[in-house]
Amino acid sequence: MTEFATQTTTDGALHLILDGPMTIYNAGDIKAQLMGALSTSSILEIDLSHVGEMDTAGFQLLVMAKRESQRLGHTLRIVAHSQPVRDVIDFYNMDVFFGDPMIIPAEH
Amino acid sequence: MEEIVSVFAQEAREQLTAMEDGLLRMEQGDHDAETINGIFRAAHTIKGASGVVEIHHIEKFTHILENLLDKLRNGELQVSSEMITALLQGCDHIGALLDRVDQGNMDEDPEQKQKGEASADALRAFTSGGSAAETKSSMVEPSVANVERAGGDQAISDCWHISIRFGRDVLKMGMEPLAFLRYLLNLGEIAHLATLCDGMPQAEDMDPESCYLGFEITLRSHATKEQIENVFSFCRDECDLYILPPNSKMDDYLGLIERLPEESLRLGEILVRSGALTQEELDQGLRRQKAAARIAEATEQPSPQLGDILVERKMVQPEIVEAAAAKQKQVAEKKTAEARLIRVQADKLDQLIDLVGELVIAGASANLLAQKSGQSTLVEATSVLSRLVENIRDSALQLRMVQIGETFNKFNRVVRDVSKELGKDIDLVITGAETELDKSVVEKIGDPLMHLVRNALDHGIEPAEVRAANGKPVKGRVELNAFHDSGSIVIEVVDDGGGLKADRIQAKAIEKGLIQPGQTLSEQEIVNLIFEAGFSTMEKVSNLSGRGVGMDVVRRNIQALRGQVDVRTEVGVGSRFIIRLPLTLAIIDGFLTSVGDASYVIPLDSVVECLELRDDDTRGHMLNLRGEVLPFIRLREFFDVEGERPQRENVVVISASGRKAGIVVDQLLGEFQTVIKPLGSLFKHLRGIGGSTILGTGEVALILDVAALTQLAGQTEERRQLPGGQRAPALESH
Repeated sequence: MTEFATQTTTDGALHLILDGPMTIYNAGDIKAQLMGALSTSSILEIDLSHVGEMDTAGFQLLVMAKRESQRLGHTLRIVAHSQPVRDVIDFYNMDVFFGDPMIIPAEH
Repeated sequence: MEEIVSVFAQEAREQLTAMEDGLLRMEQGDHDAETINGIFRAAHTIKGASGVVEIHHIEKFTHILENLLDKLRNGELQVSSEMITALLQGCDHIGALLDRVDQGNMDEDPEQKQKGEASADALRAFTSGGSAAETKSSMVEPSVANVERAGGDQAISDCWHISIRFGRDVLKMGMEPLAFLRYLLNLGEIAHLATLCDGMPQAEDMDPESCYLGFEITLRSHATKEQIENVFSFCRDECDLYILPPNSKMDDYLGLIERLPEESLRLGEILVRSGALTQEELDQGLRRQKAAARIAEATEQPSPQLGDILVERKMVQPEIVEAAAAKQKQVAEKKTAEARLIRVQADKLDQLIDLVGELVIAGASANLLAQKSGQSTLVEATSVLSRLVENIRDSALQLRMVQIGETFNKFNRVVRDVSKELGKDIDLVITGAETELDKSVVEKIGDPLMHLVRNALDHGIEPAEVRAANGKPVKGRVELNAFHDSGSIVIEVVDDGGGLKADRIQAKAIEKGLIQPGQTLSEQEIVNLIFEAGFSTMEKVSNLSGRGVGMDVVRRNIQALRGQVDVRTEVGVGSRFIIRLPLTLAIIDGFLTSVGDASYVIPLDSVVECLELRDDDTRGHMLNLRGEVLPFIRLREFFDVEGERPQRENVVVISASGRKAGIVVDQLLGEFQTVIKPLGSLFKHLRGIGGSTILGTGEVALILDVAALTQLAGQTEERRQLPGGQRAPALESH
């Protein structure tokens, strides 16, 4: 199951690390975590570098979090993407929507 | 002639070029719908415009051409080589008609009329053959046919457009939208995909296990509608799916926008972005929609509810339509690019360049005076001024720069026609079409290039049997390359033909009395003899080339542009004609040097480095440059400048055509903006001088012809090394 770890960075941002899949099977759990994180800090950084699997449900949660943070006037940054996450965001052509720099590994 | 007519002729010519390009691409197997659409649009534009300026014979003729294109576009006819030939001849005829318009004659020449009739008959022969198909199709789909005749109402696109809104429960049912969409990649290429999250409620109300997504997809594919539908067959009942086939009517897109749940404007934007519609089409459509809504309001009819629309949608199967995509976008971009251009008379530009030239000279003189006065504030002010002048000079020259691509593209047609005529199969490969050079150079390079290309086609590429016997691909290849190289532009005409045979050239040259039988010449020198006047080795004179005029004219024309032409060849492998031209004919960055009282300008682009000449480094006319052997020329000797050599001399190392040489001068005076003034015809045989310029003091300085000097320096040394060889005449005179 997906593990969550949070820490507060020096500039006051909340750093949320997701470790595990982001799929329909744990979507409820992840939504709760994201909502909690969104309400705690006005700057949220999400680290997805350990997300081994992502499906449309997982992707929708990212969209939801981004839209919610925009609604609240907060900042949400996805600071690290794993390859599966990058693939999904790329395919859905939503990199502009998230506006986070995605690092393209050399082999691509 | 009325201005509107001249503008018409000019624009019609541009359209003709576009048509010709497209036709040639089609012949080479480009079956892209956008290509034929582009050709059709061009013909349509010419027809429309000729109607506006009331040149009805052009309108009439273009109409015949357009009929055939229309049939091609609808797939009623298959393209064939003969058809392309007929169409190209049609283009030529329009070109001839335009020529007559340019001469101020609005009526048709009887002789031209006859030719036009012949050409029109050739075109009609193709259309009448397809008349059966036409009747058939117009019976099946009369509405489509109507729309097409109306013209312009059809959104131009060669892609399928897929709109899908997944149902709330697809995820819960274990279906994954990603998987369906990725499967589309098996059918074709996704040109554009837009994800719509508008269906998603606010975070609190959002069910993480529901699906809220919708997609607008532009798919470039040859699949049938059924195949695309089958991709979604598992979730067909759970989602709203609309598929528009390629080249759908505008109304189908508008209908789609109306049917989808998202806001019209936003959807419209997505369609525009995906290339399905242009902004103009969208605006028009939305206006119409609003007007309809107002009418509905006025008649107090409730606007249709979403439910009604859905019912309607279920009853009416979405028609097979195709959505426009990336291609359409290109067209739109091209349109905007055109709109940002302004036409300026060429002589106005020339005048500007002349003025800038005078400005540069005046600036140099002001600079000099400031330096002499020793007032630091004045020096500072003039230096700022001269930097600005430099910028103005660069921008002004930039205005005259045009891409060589247009000139190159003309050769597609030449290669096609000539290779047909000669019965050879030849490909033309163009690289560096975006390389820019001065407009005046571009205008004058067309004829020499034409000679070289025709020569390559006629003499260069061997007949197919010979090629096959020599183990070469039967298909010949001619290349046109352009690129920048140290301040000049290089244009190459390359063929993979038989190459030039040095022994035959030598024999011919002896026969023609160009050289003496015992004369020792390097292979390169022999090959260069082909540029001598009255030289042709081809026994069989064809009507294309081989009349013995040509290569010398080529060289003369290129030299007139301060350029040079060179040839590299290998027997059995091919030849490479290398034309080297200055980027501009007007102003250059120069490096000012002096010998005695005279000043010389070396084009700065060719200067590699400067160093002091030390006697212990030299031997004869060679210099040891960090272990490298460098031939050099002492300008004092070369130009017979009077006076004693100074204690210290300087070497300017220059490079041209990949060769380096040293030029020994007395003093280095630094950078200098040089306005090139041509030398009079009296000096045209002078070697080593490319032009003159006026210095700030009003004195005249000579501009060195770097290419000639490096060549000379190299040759001098080569000859010295040949036992009993002749010494270069230039040095002999001392």
